[in-house]
Parts: sequence; structure tokens; C-alpha cells
Amino acid sequence: MANYYIPANYLIKNICDVEIIEAPFITTQTIELGNKYSPEFVCTPFKYTLGTMIECLDKGANMLLQFGGGCRYGYYSELQEQILKDLGYKFELVNLITAGKINIKKIYKIIKKIDKNFKVSKGLYYLYITVNMIKYMDKIDDYIRQNIGFEVEKNSFNNLLKEMLEKFKTVNNPIQLYILYKIYFKKFKKIKINKPKNCLKVGIIGELYTLMEPFSNYFLEKELASFNIEIKRFTNVNYLLFDNKKIVNKALKKSKKYMKYKMCADSSTNVYWAKYLGINKYDGIIHIKSSFCTPEIGVMPILDKIANDYNIPIIYFSFDANTSEVGIKTRLEAFYDMLEMRRK
Amino acid sequence: MKIGIPKALYYYYFFDKWRYFFEELNIELISTNTDKKILEFGNKYANSEMCLSLKIFLGHIAYLKDKCDYILIPKIDNFGLNEQMCSNFSSLYDLVNNLFDVKILTYEINHQKKKNEKKGLFSIGLQLGFTKKQLKKAYQIACLKYHKQLKRDMMINFNKLESTKKKILIVAHSYNIHDDYIGKTIIKNLEKYNFEIIYSDLFNAKNLSHYLSLNLYWKYCKESLGAIVLCKEKVDGIIFITTFPCGLDSLVNELVMRKIQLPYLNLIIDDLDALAGIETRIESFADIIEQN
Repeated sequence: MANYYIPANYLIKNICDVEIIEAPFITTQTIELGNKYSPEFVCTPFKYTLGTMIECLDKGANMLLQFGGGCRYGYYSELQEQILKDLGYKFELVNLITAGKINIKKIYKIIKKIDKNFKVSKGLYYLYITVNMIKYMDKIDDYIRQNIGFEVEKNSFNNLLKEMLEKFKTVNNPIQLYILYKIYFKKFKKIKINKPKNCLKVGIIGELYTLMEPFSNYFLEKELASFNIEIKRFTNVNYLLFDNKKIVNKALKKSKKYMKYKMCADSSTNVYWAKYLGINKYDGIIHIKSSFCTPEIGVMPILDKIANDYNIPIIYFSFDANTSEVGIKTRLEAFYDMLEMRRK
Repeated sequence: MKIGIPKALYYYYFFDKWRYFFEELNIELISTNTDKKILEFGNKYANSEMCLSLKIFLGHIAYLKDKCDYILIPKIDNFGLNEQMCSNFSSLYDLVNNLFDVKILTYEINHQKKKNEKKGLFSIGLQLGFTKKQLKKAYQIACLKYHKQLKRDMMINFNKLESTKKKILIVAHSYNIHDDYIGKTIIKNLEKYNFEIIYSDLFNAKNLSHYLSLNLYWKYCKESLGAIVLCKEKVDGIIFITTFPCGLDSLVNELVMRKIQLPYLNLIIDDLDALAGIETRIESFADIIEQN
């Protein structure tokens, strides 16, 4: 998922002695592979991950790690294992989260099996660094997202980000990481931007995998940035791993009018965020999800109602392996034109 | 007082108990069979990507909304860590509350947070002005009657396994098998042939499901998988009925189909306008079973 493979790799590389095969970036070929062997109406992340797994196995991996929890994600691994075994691959698939709960005992056993010299203290130390790394990355990502549409020199943000991530790979202790983060944050702020005072502001909400995997939404965010739109996105790994409970409780408290109970996966937080965007006078909401994502489909009528109440336009994108890029671009352009006209 | 209960989704799991419970309290329950008109209602309110069962549910609500004082919609989250529900069940209340202007009675089932059916029904009863004593008595009687009935149904279903006819196991969620529009039309088609029809939801076999799938954590899928494990040596064929696009079945049924060695038929139902197609498929499946 996006750049988050870096902290994950960093953690695994440092706590146990294994060779890591980096998953290749998702391409159309990956999706075709995944699509070919997947059941008919499973949601799109299943197809992407299956395609990536096949590519990794072709590269020579013999152990796959998967994190899955919530809605259908948690059950992916079992079916994927069966499909891949039917295809004749020999490997071990480990799902670290069962039924939405992290199983610490199981993780410890697995690590012990891989590497007999594993020490808990060392593991916790590197876990701490990794957690911080994710937090810093998310903060910088937020800044980039707000400004990337207005950069004077093209690709200056992306190049600096790449440079920073390369440096992040080599850190040894939390202090070094913190210093690096501060230095690069300053550098990011120095990048020249040409930002008009009241530019269009749009919030993106939706299902997490589609939001965070840039390929699956056809670089929707970049496309938006090229229209000179400031983007607000809430979902990131920091939210998923650490702040989830807190935000869900807040969401339930703040949007009592629209929901009484906690809903599955991220749908209840999406309701809250839609309301937040409405109250803070954003110009529009973009809701993206993969096709057949059940929890999100369930809240779409509620989002409609919020959009109606706060008079804020909302557009829905549903991504599938067969969705055409051009169609999405056209709809996005029309949405942008509409926002501009509303401003006038 | 009249309480409306949409005959879809949770109806098939809870209605029998509710019927006895509210009968004791002298409350009338209203519900109707699914037909074409209900589905049309549902299509009007539903989102195009919602599953057929949910569309039917919304259709029932649209039908009931002027005909009763309250509609009963529980929020069912889980029956324990490893017995969770489809995510639709947990958003039903809020969905209906936002789409329709109706009075709703609701309670939460969440065994992880110690909220069970008994507490929920009691809170509803108190809300409607009954005393605790009345509710306690009504609930006890309802439980007794319900379990008696369930036991009888299960015995009938279990005894079918010993029949000398060719046997077919139907694997689907209760709200699909027993629905008048989805399941019953298919079963009517099957009854033309000389088969014994066995239902997967009338077994108490969820503990057996781990023979087929170790990590499964959905309650009702577990029950149907357990039924498959229990019956696989005795039945001659399996029919899977799925509504399009059911999230759970898309994964679980695929896994099961890869693991079992019986002849099976996978029916995915979008809209029963294409009934002729299903008839032909059932016919050819029946031929296979009879030849075996």
C-alpha cells in the first residue's frame, strides 16, 4: 500500500533474519492476474492482493505475510491460500490478525519459528521506531496532499519524498529519526508553491484500501491536484492502527442525528467525516470505494442525506478491475466544473 | 398496538421467538410475503449495489411504514468474537432511520459487550409500558415454545437424511431459502423431481465448520458449512443459493466449492425475471444427480 511498505520492511528486516522480497508495484498485469483467479463478485482489494501474491511467489518468496481485519479482509487469506495451492505454488501464508483482533501470542510463535535468536526487547525497540516512522510519514503526507497541486516546479514534492524515504530506511534510533523528520519537514516547507488564497477544497472519504493504494484509484489524488484543488484525506495507517477506537467513539458522539450504533469497518467514521466536511464549508466530498464493498454501500444513503442537509455536493466512485480510467477522468472533470460554477 | 416486522434478513432467525413473546403481551405483529411489488418498492429506495436481500428488506419497510405504529429493527453485531454478522445487519437501523420517516423499536445484540437478546427485548417492553414481571413471564414462555418448535423442525430435517430417495442439500442463508420470492420459487422447481430436499440452516452443526474452514468467523456461514460437513457423505448433491452480490458467500462458497467432491450447482440470483434460465440449470443438475 503506497509507501507504507517501507516501515513494514524496516521492522521485519531488523527483528529477524529473513530475506524480504519487495512486492512489485501494482500494474495492469497484476490486476489481470488477480482477476483471472478470483471469484466473481469479491471486492477489488482481493483481486489486487491475489495478483501481487502471485507475482511475489513467481519471484521466489516462500512465506507471505498478511494483515487483515474487519469486514471481509479477515477472511481473504484462507481463500487466497486455497486458490494459490490449487495453482500449484508451495508456500506458507500467515495472517497476523484473526477475526479483527491482533493475536500477539501467534505473532511471537511465528517470529520464533523464523528466527531462533529473536529477542522481545529488540523487537519492541524496533516496533517503537516503526510506529514513529509511520506517524511522521503520515504528517508529511498530509502536508504534501494539501500543497502538491500548487507546486511551481513539477515533481519537486515527489522527489524530496523519495529522498526522505531512502534516508528513513537507514535509521538506527528514534532520535535520529526525529531529527531527520524535522529537517525534511523544513525542506518541504521551503518548496515553492503558488497557492491562491481561496482555492477549492475537497475532502476524500471512503474505503481504506482504495483510498490508500494509489494504483487502485488511478492516481485520483494526483488528478485532483492537477486541477489545483486542495485535498483533505483522513484515512491513514496511523488512524487505522492507533486512533481507530478514539475516533469511532468521537464520531458516534458528534453525529448522533445520523447514526445511533457503531457500524462495520470505517463506515461510521466516514459519516462523521462527511459531516465535518459539511460543517467546515468544504466545496465537495468525493467518496471512493471498491465495487461491492458492503459496509460502504450501507452508509451511502446516510451520506446522501448529510450532503443534502449541509448543501455540499458529493460524488461516488466505485473502482473495479474493469473500471476505465477515461470514464473516471471525465466524471471528475465534470465534478470540478460544477464546483467552479458553484463558487461563482 | 401494531408492530411491523419486515419479512427479510433477521426475520427468519428471530421471528418465531418474537411471535410468542409479543403474543403473550397482546401486541399484533404485521408482516407480508415478498412479491414483485415489494421488490419494486425496494429498488426505488435501494442503492444499485446493495444485495438483493437488502433490497427486499427495504421494500418491506416501504410497505410497512404506514401500516403500523412501530417497526422492529435490531442491530445485530456479533454473537461473540468468532460469530460475527454480515456488515449489513449492523447498519440496518441507521439506514432505515435516515431513509424513512418511521418510528423504530431497536435493541443491540453484541455479545462481546454483553448485550443479548433478552436484555434487548426487556428494554423494548419497558419502553412500551409493560412491567418487568409481565416481560419475564412472556419471555420464558416464548423461549419454551420456540425451542420446542425448533427441535421439531430440526428433527424433521435430520430424519430426511435417512430417506431412500436421492437427497439434495440446499446451502444458503435462511433469508434466502425461505423467502417467498427467492428460495421458494427454486424449491418449487425442485419439487418436480423426486428429490428429498434438506435445508442447511436447520442443523445444529456450527462446531463442525472448522473441518472445511479454520478461520471462518461469520455465524450463519459457520452453520451452513457445518451442515455440509455433517451431510456430505449422505447427500447426492448440493445447491448453493446466493443473492448478488453477497459479500460473505462470494468468499465462503468459493472456498467450499474448491474443497468438496460432490456435484454442486451454484445459483446466483439477481432478479428472478430470468427464471427460465434457472429452470434449465436445475433440470440439467437433476439429470446429473439421477445418473450418478
